[in-house]
Amino acid sequence: MNTGIDVVRIARFGALYIAAARFRSMFKWRTVIAAVDIGNPLFYLIAIGIGIGVLVENNSGTSGTSGIKYIAFIAPALLASSAITGVMDECVFPVIEGFKWRKLFYAQNATPITGKQIAIGVYLAALSRAVFSVVIYYLLLLTFNVVDFGISILIVPIAIMAGGSFGAVMLYFAAKVEKEDYFFNIIGRLIVMPMFLFSGTFFPLSSMPIYLQPIGWISPLWHATELGREAAFEYGLSPLVITTHLLFLTAVTVVGLILSIGQFERRLAK
Amino acid sequence: MSNPLICVRGLTKKFGDLTAVDGVNFEVAEGESFGLLGPNGAGKSTIMCILAATSTRTSGTVEILDKDPEKFGPLVRAHLGVVPQQDNLDGELTVSENLFIYGRYFGLSKKFINNKIEELLEFAQLQEKRDVKVEALSGGMKRRLTIARGLVSEPDILLLDEPTTGLDPQARHILWDRLFRLKEQGVTLVLTTHFMDEAEQLCDRLVVMDKGAIMAQGSPAGLIKEYSSKEVLEVRFGSERNADVALVLRNICERMEVLPDRILMYADDGEKLLEEITVLKLHPTTSLVRRSSLEDVFLRLTGRTLIE
Repeated sequence: MNTGIDVVRIARFGALYIAAARFRSMFKWRTVIAAVDIGNPLFYLIAIGIGIGVLVENNSGTSGTSGIKYIAFIAPALLASSAITGVMDECVFPVIEGFKWRKLFYAQNATPITGKQIAIGVYLAALSRAVFSVVIYYLLLLTFNVVDFGISILIVPIAIMAGGSFGAVMLYFAAKVEKEDYFFNIIGRLIVMPMFLFSGTFFPLSSMPIYLQPIGWISPLWHATELGREAAFEYGLSPLVITTHLLFLTAVTVVGLILSIGQFERRLAK
Repeated sequence: MSNPLICVRGLTKKFGDLTAVDGVNFEVAEGESFGLLGPNGAGKSTIMCILAATSTRTSGTVEILDKDPEKFGPLVRAHLGVVPQQDNLDGELTVSENLFIYGRYFGLSKKFINNKIEELLEFAQLQEKRDVKVEALSGGMKRRLTIARGLVSEPDILLLDEPTTGLDPQARHILWDRLFRLKEQGVTLVLTTHFMDEAEQLCDRLVVMDKGAIMAQGSPAGLIKEYSSKEVLEVRFGSERNADVALVLRNICERMEVLPDRILMYADDGEKLLEEITVLKLHPTTSLVRRSSLEDVFLRLTGRTLIE
């Protein structure tokens, strides 16, 4: 009998062991991760923020964007969307891989590690990717003078919260995937893309017809965008609205994680 | 005698209407090499998942190291090494990284694992592949690595589900040699297989399973002695004649199995039986006298061959 095995310790730190293994795999993809998480929103920021920004400001000045430059208006939204894309990648591919492609989760579950710890470990690793990308992105925003240093730093945790709540839900859906083609088509084309476009990312949500606004209401991106704008400049949200946004993001995270943990445990026990 | 490491009583597992495992009883003692032999779908893998403390049972009791695996999953799994039917290694990581992260799941110290890796690479004959990505390994190497991974925590019991299925004969023999060494070191092995030669080589004791139930149990030699004759005469008369000739042969042989391609005749002296057939002027196209195997035991118990 191997006496070096401390089951109590594993029960406490197991999720971190899983996260550490995920880091090892993520590190092998570091170039792709940096390109996707930072390059992608940076291209949007330059192309839309500066390019479209010229059109917007030449025609209506800053009257449609709360009195600030267009590029600064969309920056908090792009930051949150960067967090969402990153977390989503790490909550979807490793999970389908773990259950289906390579069945790594079954190998992990053959040790003292539990399904709950696997779910949390994967989620923590995904969140840390958001931390990495969002911090670097924020530094770029400071460098290009898009935002001023100060209270605007709050857009960093807000963006991470957005990634976290979206990721928690995706973790659940990815853990349910049996046929991945179907999943990717639905999620990518019918959920992520509309959410990106209709969450007040490039224009205030209120400028949309009322029947399109609910897409934003249920989207963590919209809530984070609103909060981010409040942090980055004078946006004028009331404390009640701010609290509601925060509660929404927290509630989605908690519900998503509870569902995910149950689904991981059920699927591994099959 | 000390308590058995594994004690299974009345184990039943149902998936909806399907009864995959039906009231199975067995025990495995320390240091024993125990096999579950049966065709695909006999319920072997289902039993393995329950022994591995990852799957639930419908009824019956299971004790592994005196604990119920359903109640004490992590605690039981801490003392098991599991080699699943399908290699579930992390293909993106190297050979040594795979061993390292797996050791960490048991909460083992980095120092312990790093020492262990040296030992395991030697055991699995993978020293030269230590920094190679797992994706680039051959099937036999992956299998050996999966077994090495299962040993990283120095388990009390090693569970192997179809360890050599899908391997070529050469890779299979290397693997048998490795498993035989573990057996010599006193590691308790539980393995499933549908290869009778594998069961004969590796198992001290085994159960023959079919359709979720145990048909017989004992040592390979004991089972053969009990359920088969000393020798088997295999004769072929061509697929169209086999059935007709069998009617005549029944007069000179008590027990026969008529398969589509050949007739198996059970006797203590195969050569003598063959002479009798020659006297009858039946002239088989080919004939072969061999000793009885577990395949014959299975045929006797179920009326079917192991690999169909």
